[in-house]
Amino acid sequence: MSLKIERRQELDLRMFYMTPVLAVVLTVLAGFLLFMFMGYDPFLGIYYFFISPLLSGYGLAELGLKASPLILIAVGLAIGFRANVWNIGAEGQLTMGAVAGGGLALALIDVQGFWVLPLICIAGILGGMAWAAIPAFLKARWDVNEILTSLMLTYVATLFLSTLVFGPWKDPMGFNFPQSEMFSDSAILPIVLEGTRLHLGVIVALLVAVAGWVLMTRTIIGFQVRVVGQAPAAAAFAGFSRKRMIWLSLLTSGGLAGLAGLFEVAGPIGQLIPSISPGYGFTAIIVAFLGRLHPIGIIGAGLIMALSYIGGENAQVEAGMPQAVTGLFQGLLLFFLLASDFLARYRIRFEAPTSRTTARKEASAQ
Amino acid sequence: MSDFNFTRRTFLATSSAAALTMGAPMAFAAEQIKIGFVYVGPVGDHGWTHGHDLGRKAVEKKFGDKVKTTFVENVAEGPDAERVIRQLASSGHQLIFTTSFGFMNPTLKVAKQFPNVKFEHATGYKTAPNVSVYNARFHQGRAVIGTIAGHMSKSGVAGYIASFPIPEVVMGINAFTLAAQKVNPTFKTKVVWVNSWYDPGKESDATKTLIDQGADMITQHTDSPAPLQVAESRGVFGFGQASDMKAYAPRAQLTSILDDWSDYYIQRTQDVMDGTWKSQNVWYGMKEGMVKFAPDGDSITDAARDAAEKVRKGILDGSMHAFTGPIKNQKGEEMLPAGQSLTDEQLAIMDWYVQGVQS
Amino acid sequence: MNESFVLGLVTIISAATPLLLAALGELVVERSGVLNLGVEGMMLAGAVTGFAVTVTTGSATLGIVCAMAAGMAMAFTFGVLTLSLMANQVATGLALTIFGIGLSSLVGAGFVGIAVDPLPKLNIPGVSTMPVIGPLLFSHDFLIYASVALTAGVAWFLKRSRGGMILRAVGESDESAHSIGYDVIRVRYMAVLFGGLTSGLAGAFLSLSYTPLWIENMTAGRGWIALALVVFATWRPWWVLFGAYLFGGVTILQLRAQAEGWFDVPSQVMSMLPYIATILVLTIISAGPWRARLKAPACLGKPFRPAS
Repeated sequence: MSLKIERRQELDLRMFYMTPVLAVVLTVLAGFLLFMFMGYDPFLGIYYFFISPLLSGYGLAELGLKASPLILIAVGLAIGFRANVWNIGAEGQLTMGAVAGGGLALALIDVQGFWVLPLICIAGILGGMAWAAIPAFLKARWDVNEILTSLMLTYVATLFLSTLVFGPWKDPMGFNFPQSEMFSDSAILPIVLEGTRLHLGVIVALLVAVAGWVLMTRTIIGFQVRVVGQAPAAAAFAGFSRKRMIWLSLLTSGGLAGLAGLFEVAGPIGQLIPSISPGYGFTAIIVAFLGRLHPIGIIGAGLIMALSYIGGENAQVEAGMPQAVTGLFQGLLLFFLLASDFLARYRIRFEAPTSRTTARKEASAQ
Repeated sequence: MSDFNFTRRTFLATSSAAALTMGAPMAFAAEQIKIGFVYVGPVGDHGWTHGHDLGRKAVEKKFGDKVKTTFVENVAEGPDAERVIRQLASSGHQLIFTTSFGFMNPTLKVAKQFPNVKFEHATGYKTAPNVSVYNARFHQGRAVIGTIAGHMSKSGVAGYIASFPIPEVVMGINAFTLAAQKVNPTFKTKVVWVNSWYDPGKESDATKTLIDQGADMITQHTDSPAPLQVAESRGVFGFGQASDMKAYAPRAQLTSILDDWSDYYIQRTQDVMDGTWKSQNVWYGMKEGMVKFAPDGDSITDAARDAAEKVRKGILDGSMHAFTGPIKNQKGEEMLPAGQSLTDEQLAIMDWYVQGVQS
Repeated sequence: MNESFVLGLVTIISAATPLLLAALGELVVERSGVLNLGVEGMMLAGAVTGFAVTVTTGSATLGIVCAMAAGMAMAFTFGVLTLSLMANQVATGLALTIFGIGLSSLVGAGFVGIAVDPLPKLNIPGVSTMPVIGPLLFSHDFLIYASVALTAGVAWFLKRSRGGMILRAVGESDESAHSIGYDVIRVRYMAVLFGGLTSGLAGAFLSLSYTPLWIENMTAGRGWIALALVVFATWRPWWVLFGAYLFGGVTILQLRAQAEGWFDVPSQVMSMLPYIATILVLTIISAGPWRARLKAPACLGKPFRPAS
């Protein structure tokens, strides 16, 4: 008898949807052992991590609030990843979106009007796009690797924001602390669910995910993206422009990251501060792949990721766990989720060492 | 719905019982007070957050079973902070310390929703009926170490590793320089901004660079002991930050400014217990025990020690002020005439450097 | 050449060394066709292990060995997930970093506030006291010499050795390497483990030599810079060394410019310089006539499972 792994001829859809559930079950088991080993009540630990954040309307709204920037960014990144364009710098594009949109909000601070909010949203998108246009231009023109340029530009963006809020954009009444004035009400996203922080941007994020799904599956652009990514030679033969794909995917992901950044400053923050995002641009990369680069999968992955952060905070508050334990647990969760993909794509079988029949069957299957 | 509630309650009851059997201290005493702490960094940073966590531990030690403390570390300044603070407030914490400037607006937002919970925000400026702010006059400590630096520096140049140009850091640089110039009028302070509170490697690089530029006194407004380690290995002197860092630089550390939040945290806890807690805006210094010093290092000279002691006493009894005129800015313009002192209001928004600061 | 200038160069060398060590390992990993974004997590595991073992046993040598082992253990986890279970490499690498941050702060909790002696300098007799080149070339701790030797070793291995040829073949075309009988997965496992080893070593350099202490998250993003340097170097070892020294050099230069007050610009603008310089230099390299040689390994990031 030996263990044999073979690729499934077709993706097993039942397994495809079941495996995340299996991964969560495995994580719960591993978490149980981890918490017990660290001296915490394992039942309570799991309860605070996975269940108690979901038990109130407020908790669910927070989940949506935390997940929406991740979803928004990941949907954009997924398009690029499918076309083999590696935008690692969404964090920087997010920051520049916040700078552009937030800057306009500061300029319009005395202005009231329904048009202010759409205008700063557009500015946010353009800010993110402009920042993503640098790696796009360098890649399209001289084939400069976008992993390096987009990553390095993230540091530059953060420092640029810092220059502004420590300098010219500092609130004149703010005791020289690094923060801008609070935006006017016209520049703040309306709350959708009274008594929570769930704002309009969360709805937009969901709509964008759906739009991304339509784009990728129902349009010629989506088709081209997939072909360029999977079979560059065939794409060139069909006359799809590689350069156009570079521009398209970087501008889309940059624009969506910029919008996510703007939603943070025009949503729960309400002003510009030196650090806008706790690494959403990087976390969204995980979300994109956890969601298997599929916009609907990304919604699920974004929610799971958000839950793992909120659950971690919860476990710190309620069970007194140090953040190290919650981080470790989050890592485990991701490992299981990523590994579980395997079961959907491959079949594990036990069989006798060299059976002639199976060998022949495989040969004919190829 | 009622079913749902029932299940949840039973679940909690069982798990509490489980916790009890595992020997966790449980909150059955009716008068027990839950106190929450929100930290911007990890408790293992050996700097700012570490200092606040020592304060938390002092509260636990002082009140024992009468309090239960909770902390959440590495909380990002932004939307996450509001959620964490709210979570603490809604889970029965009666007193919540939020220990970073960026938690100011989130603290106020949550405070409005929880009028019965008391909030204490460090280093901010906005108060509310249930929100106090507190901060320490670190610049007083800087005046003392500046005096030592003025006495002991041979080159007359100090290297200052700075984080971000907020008023508190600016004040510290100025107070240090002014004190050193009282001893050596041509004293200069070279400042390098590392744009981080917390990056040992970069702090170490900055220190080496400053020593290469002729600085023979190293002081810092960043959190890690790396600058002092470099001072130790390069044969110059330095001052610790936030906690006693002698273990890292037994020869080089002349003294260290200590942030001691313990007394304040104990006092405010007592106030809540007694029902006497009131909103306030305090800026405590050496007199109130919020700014302290590590024991003098062995290398300190007698002259420096005596001069430092004089400054220390002067600040304690109020006869001395870290910012007394005449003070000129970097361009040589007089900012404060002789005989006057800068007011707290002027200090709180300080964004200019005194003559002799090179940044 | 004045003394201050020489001391500045020495500072650059030590600032560049952790980047160089971690990037060399990642270079080998990527040449085998695997993209491991978990360098930061592996460095932290190495840093905390190296420090903890050195403090507990008093032996820095043992500390360094254990740091390398810790990096390899992290890399092995990555290998199992991505090579055996074919999980997505980019996401797994990022998850490895989250895991490493949590694990290292858990292990390191008891070691904050403790000091160890820095690694001894290996003063090479006779030459270490010479002016200029003495401090510059002959008075470092051995990890710095090791980093340069490792660069040469990796360069030789990739270009001249049979093992290196197999590794490159696996990275350029896994299917053909497999069809002529090489065990692609095995080769990649070895490369990934080597990457863990040097990342662990880079971590140990940070916590035992560069700044001999442990505090949480002390790598402060150096793992990411190391990743960028591999791309910068267009997957060639000596270019990694150049990139690391360039990045370290511009970092130190901007600190010096601040201390001297050379430019009247906000310090944040000065801090941007190393990142902008790296982009500019890579653009110049990429735009030049030699650009045809700069391609990434063809199989980078793609999972491989033998057809039968």
